[in-house]
Amino acid sequence: MTISWVLEILDAELLTGQGAEGRELASACGSDLMSDVLCLRSAPNLLLTALTNPQCVRTAEMAEIAAICFVQGKKPPAETLELARRNGLPLLATGLSMFTACGRLFAAGLRCCGEGA
Amino acid sequence: MDSPRHVGKIRELVYELKVEAVMTRKLITLAPEAPMSGLRSILKSNRISGVPVVSGQTLVGLVSVEDFINWLAQGGRDCPVGERMSREVRTLSPGEPLVHAIGKLEQYGYGRLPVVDGERLVGLVTKGDIIEGLLQEMQVNSREEEELHRYRASHFFEDMIADRLTVNFQYQVRGKTIEQGGEVASDLKRSFKRLGLHPEVVRRAAIATYEAEMNVIIYAREGTVDVSVDPETIHIIVRDQGQGIPDIQQALQPGFSTAPDWVRELGFGAGMGLPNIRSCARSLDITSEPGQGTTLRISIPLEPERVCA
Repeated sequence: MTISWVLEILDAELLTGQGAEGRELASACGSDLMSDVLCLRSAPNLLLTALTNPQCVRTAEMAEIAAICFVQGKKPPAETLELARRNGLPLLATGLSMFTACGRLFAAGLRCCGEGA
Repeated sequence: MDSPRHVGKIRELVYELKVEAVMTRKLITLAPEAPMSGLRSILKSNRISGVPVVSGQTLVGLVSVEDFINWLAQGGRDCPVGERMSREVRTLSPGEPLVHAIGKLEQYGYGRLPVVDGERLVGLVTKGDIIEGLLQEMQVNSREEEELHRYRASHFFEDMIADRLTVNFQYQVRGKTIEQGGEVASDLKRSFKRLGLHPEVVRRAAIATYEAEMNVIIYAREGTVDVSVDPETIHIIVRDQGQGIPDIQQALQPGFSTAPDWVRELGFGAGMGLPNIRSCARSLDITSEPGQGTTLRISIPLEPERVCA
């Protein structure tokens, strides 16, 4: 599933990473606890979170996550956007709740990393 | 990357890059016989402000919005564009450096310059093309630089001759806000990538260092991260003089946390930090004195399959 498809499914906006819309995302996870994300054996390609501070971008950097989508209409502060731009990390934002966003992506075929389809 | 270096790089690139590298090759052109009345829709539908006029492949003129307005002002009687076009056209050659193109655009105040090889029209350059070309080249450049760094360093262990070889990295965690947490892990990760270490090993080391760094910032405010790499193992020692851990076994239980709410709001302090470090490492050794500080010794083998998490 490409980023541009995720943007469509979640009715989301691309905040950073213009030009990366074609990037493939094969797995996702939803969490506001960065340590829970970091302890996953294989990192997901897409992280859905309501956490908007720069630590989510750091977490993505360390765990090699390819994109982050903020849920619940949350918009990240300038430091987060700046760090994401520097790291070349696409940030998405959707007004949907975490539950609905995950549900829509799951229904569209996206799975958690390490789980069978 | 710092911006003064970027500026220096752009200055180099405008001399290095040639016009042919940035010019648009797919061109909309008109024959001199084309009617002036058709110009408006061509400009509008292609969102352009001027069209080169070619006879065969030879550039014979340029017809722009300005020529169109002048034509309208003088009655707008239909005629071939060949009669209204500007014949004295400044051009560029494909091999000229970008700096010439920028200079000519500035000097004549034009929005675009045709590129001709001899008399044959081969492209068109706008300010937008130049900016886009430079940005693309900058991206390629920084990627190449990173690869070069990696290539140079990845042979490091093979190239050095010694009975015993260790590379040391030292970092300070001091006066950092929690928002800045992760800078040490980020620097270490980049260095390890350049050393050509296995991606999975780099990931484990980065995650373990990141968690330890966050712990230092949250519980001790400052500390040191000493990393040594030998041909078999990465040793990461994180020391702080913070409050210490009263019960280490308890602290290693997944979910056990003493973190205040403000830390939890940042997505940390869920009691997964130490267990997480342990699962990334072959061994984790913790020594701690309440009130004196904590030392973590993390070791990660360079061969990923040898990690037993």
